[in-house]
Amino acid sequence: MELQHVNVKLYVDGDLAVELVRFIEVFHQWIRDSILDELLIDVADYRHVPDGPGVLLVGHEADYSMDQTDGRVGLRYNRKAPVEGSNEDRFRQAFASAARACRLLEDRFADDGPLRFSRQEFELFINDRALAPNSDETFVACKPQIESFLTATLGHSDFSLERRAAKRSRFGVHVTVAKAFDLDAIAATLKSSASSG
Amino acid sequence: MKASNILWKQRLDGKLPAPLAEEIDTFETEIELRRQDKLGEVIFAETRLRRGVYGQRYDNGQRYDGVETRTLAYSTDVPTKGVNTVWDAPGMMRIKIPYGGVNPEQLELMADVAEEYSDAIVHITTRQDFQLHFVHIDDTPTLMRRLASVGITTREACGNSVRNITGCPYAGVCPDESFDVTPYAHALTQFLLGHPDIQNFGRKFKPTFSGCAQHSCGLTAMHDLGYTAVTRVVAGKEQRGFQFLVGGGLGAVPYQAKVFDEFLPPEEVLPMAQAVSRVFARYGEKKNRSRARIKFLIKNWGMEKFKAEVLAERSKLPHDPRWTEFLTDIDGLTETPLKPPGDFPSGNGSTGYHRWVKTNLREQRQAGYVTATVALPLGDLTSNQLRDLADIARKFTKGTLRTTVEQNFVMRWVSKADVGALYEALNAAGLGDAGASNIVDIVACPGTDTCKLGISSSRGLASELRSRLAEKSFEMDQALQDLHIKVSGCFNSCGQHHVADIGFFGVSRIVNGYQVPHFQVVLGGQWEENAGSYGLPIIPIPSKRIPDALDRITDHYLRMRQKDERFAQFVGRVGKAQIRQLLVDLTQNAPEHDQDPTFYTDWFDPREYSTGDIGKGECAGEVVTAFQFEMTTAERLVFEAQVSLEASDFQKAGKGAYDSMIRAAKAIVLIQYDDVSNDPDEIVDEFRERYYDTKKIFDPYAGGKFANYLFAAHKNATKAFTSESARFTIEEAQLFIEAIHSCYNRMRAEGLSQSTQGA
Ligand code: SF4
Repeated sequence: MELQHVNVKLYVDGDLAVELVRFIEVFHQWIRDSILDELLIDVADYRHVPDGPGVLLVGHEADYSMDQTDGRVGLRYNRKAPVEGSNEDRFRQAFASAARACRLLEDRFADDGPLRFSRQEFELFINDRALAPNSDETFVACKPQIESFLTATLGHSDFSLERRAAKRSRFGVHVTVAKAFDLDAIAATLKSSASSG
Repeated sequence: MKASNILWKQRLDGKLPAPLAEEIDTFETEIELRRQDKLGEVIFAETRLRRGVYGQRYDNGQRYDGVETRTLAYSTDVPTKGVNTVWDAPGMMRIKIPYGGVNPEQLELMADVAEEYSDAIVHITTRQDFQLHFVHIDDTPTLMRRLASVGITTREACGNSVRNITGCPYAGVCPDESFDVTPYAHALTQFLLGHPDIQNFGRKFKPTFSGCAQHSCGLTAMHDLGYTAVTRVVAGKEQRGFQFLVGGGLGAVPYQAKVFDEFLPPEEVLPMAQAVSRVFARYGEKKNRSRARIKFLIKNWGMEKFKAEVLAERSKLPHDPRWTEFLTDIDGLTETPLKPPGDFPSGNGSTGYHRWVKTNLREQRQAGYVTATVALPLGDLTSNQLRDLADIARKFTKGTLRTTVEQNFVMRWVSKADVGALYEALNAAGLGDAGASNIVDIVACPGTDTCKLGISSSRGLASELRSRLAEKSFEMDQALQDLHIKVSGCFNSCGQHHVADIGFFGVSRIVNGYQVPHFQVVLGGQWEENAGSYGLPIIPIPSKRIPDALDRITDHYLRMRQKDERFAQFVGRVGKAQIRQLLVDLTQNAPEHDQDPTFYTDWFDPREYSTGDIGKGECAGEVVTAFQFEMTTAERLVFEAQVSLEASDFQKAGKGAYDSMIRAAKAIVLIQYDDVSNDPDEIVDEFRERYYDTKKIFDPYAGGKFANYLFAAHKNATKAFTSESARFTIEEAQLFIEAIHSCYNRMRAEGLSQSTQGA
């Protein structure tokens, strides 16, 4: 089972102390300063819809958003372009990209936020219902790969996975980690993760 | 781009309606041919447009980032998908929803595809379509297959074809309708889809159906083809028919449709559309896009000749059994309720509930039932909300939903006994906003967010106005609550600003040497009576001051209105000059750039509003002054022309509009040649030589269209004006003045130092 279009959402710790509107300016600046090594295109403002994509940075290979889906705010990385390598490479690529974005945002709002993302839970899901139907079979097939990726990335296996229950939602897992992970270290793995295809 | 595209193709193989499957396969082949450069970009562009695959802002691979215009580093390995359109650049997908009719299964599918191919947002347009943004062209065949699996097609959603056939969202349940227009709209949709007679149009063609003449649901007056349901009694028997209108349209210069036939019998609905289509395809303009809508053919020919041609064509049409087949099962689409009729629940509810009951519910003609409007901010909802809406529609109705031209949903056949529970369910899904169809329910086109032609941020402005009005709107006088506000990002009127009580459309102006986003304030339009009259722009105001302008207009209305006077009547009575005077100071005393840089940005877009570095040549000071002086005069003249039109002095109105064009042309000629006289012949000659022949005045999209307005007006300068021709000249003068501003802005961006004396 080839799992492309991996999404990772890292939740904001506690309440969001930065007004959502301010991410519009930050994302525009990311485009202007070519802050990421992906092609960034534009910013879309969806703050008017409840529990929606919030503020969205549209890219070619991937989108980034300060996402409010399901009532929880977090930084979501949505990989659109296929990534070469194994499924574990793809998980790593998305997780590291999300971590890097979170660290950039934390630094940006260090003095007037603060903004802090959780180091103990996140969501990983596949934005493709044909590649990964939200079924028991998918979970059985993917669980060992997700566990292997997490163990390698976190350096331990003290975590738990909970499959997304809603039938109509995309296949994904909620990951809870016992010990706080290091976002910088995870972001650093980006350089060594698989190249985009 | 999606790794699963091939999986979907295999999975849906043999499961789609054959014509749709074939159509999508063909498109997929065309994509492949274009990828291999075996299909020209112009042909490919039209072919994708006819499948609803549209371009989007920045798809030329260029984007202004607030400092400079930069090239977006897409791969150059693939050919373009149209002239100046980068293959990999995200695009928009328009999805036709005939007469707005959707069911829960379709909503769930839309939710899925919005998540997987777009940004988990579905947008409802002012013509009852769905739109998805940021879609990659490689994913579009899969998207189409998945849509086709639930009976939705994108075929002919864009391009020079018959667009979505719209219709009253209340058809079949409205107490005021003559009869249910649904089966007729459905039959015409099926009949025209892919019909050979509609494949050779020079421009788009938009039909609509309305159940009555007095309300606005079908907006028949502003469509290429409008069918308004009417009945008549002959020999004691009631007969159904349609008032048949042709040649309406908004766009840059709006036209009111004209009556072709006061009573078109049902069996003529399809063949008459076919006959009109054949005449339009044969005689309609093909080369000049800006004159290619059917309204121009009718204007050139006059109604009498047009009618004669259509009737002659009709008489020659070989009989087609589909013309009348649908009539044998005219009640086949009639909906039925899920629940028995009821009475409104007793007891108290929250303030939100009471507001929602007041603004969002409407009695059906079937006792015990209401329709409930789901009011959407800016016409947007999320995939999760779509699923919730599908569940709610199944729980309370048999899934009977329609989209509306006000970018909302209407749920039909709600038992009155259920309205409390329905509100709770909608509210839990974030869909329980009150204020449907009132001042807070602002309609906006995509504007600069995603549209290639956007000048100012219509959605940004609508969002700002909406949040300012949200709470206080319910405390307002009912007269204010009832106002309709509509915003377009440019003069093309996709936000339907012409038919709003208060409309806005985006323009730009130079202030203190910088470009500043503005909106023209449009007054005098009428939403009721199927868009009974069109408004005209009275003054351009900086974007950031539009909320103040709105406050002043609404305060003035409230203070000065006579008993029960509607807004359009009020504007007619007090005159636009008085209202303009209220707003004039908002165009003055702009803050210096250093003092308030946000004045020089658009709503919720921190980039400085500009399209490039603005050169300040040494001669600029003097030239700018002369230019601005003339342009101020031109704008005053065109406004005075409006005042004359209001006073029914058509000659003065038309002449004034023409004079305003001459002054605007002189303004731009002065930049290159300051000895130009006031002689209109000389001004027009100089303008033609310096700006038209050199294509300097050419708009990137509209070409020389606006300059041609000047040439035509100059040619006809001695002719007498009618009410209609005076009005058109005013509209055209307004657009010409905007074109001069745009040309000037472009020249400034390139540096005025290029300007020389003598051509
Ligand atoms: S009105 Fe203008 S900005 Fe708005 S969608 Fe139409 S063309 Fe685009």
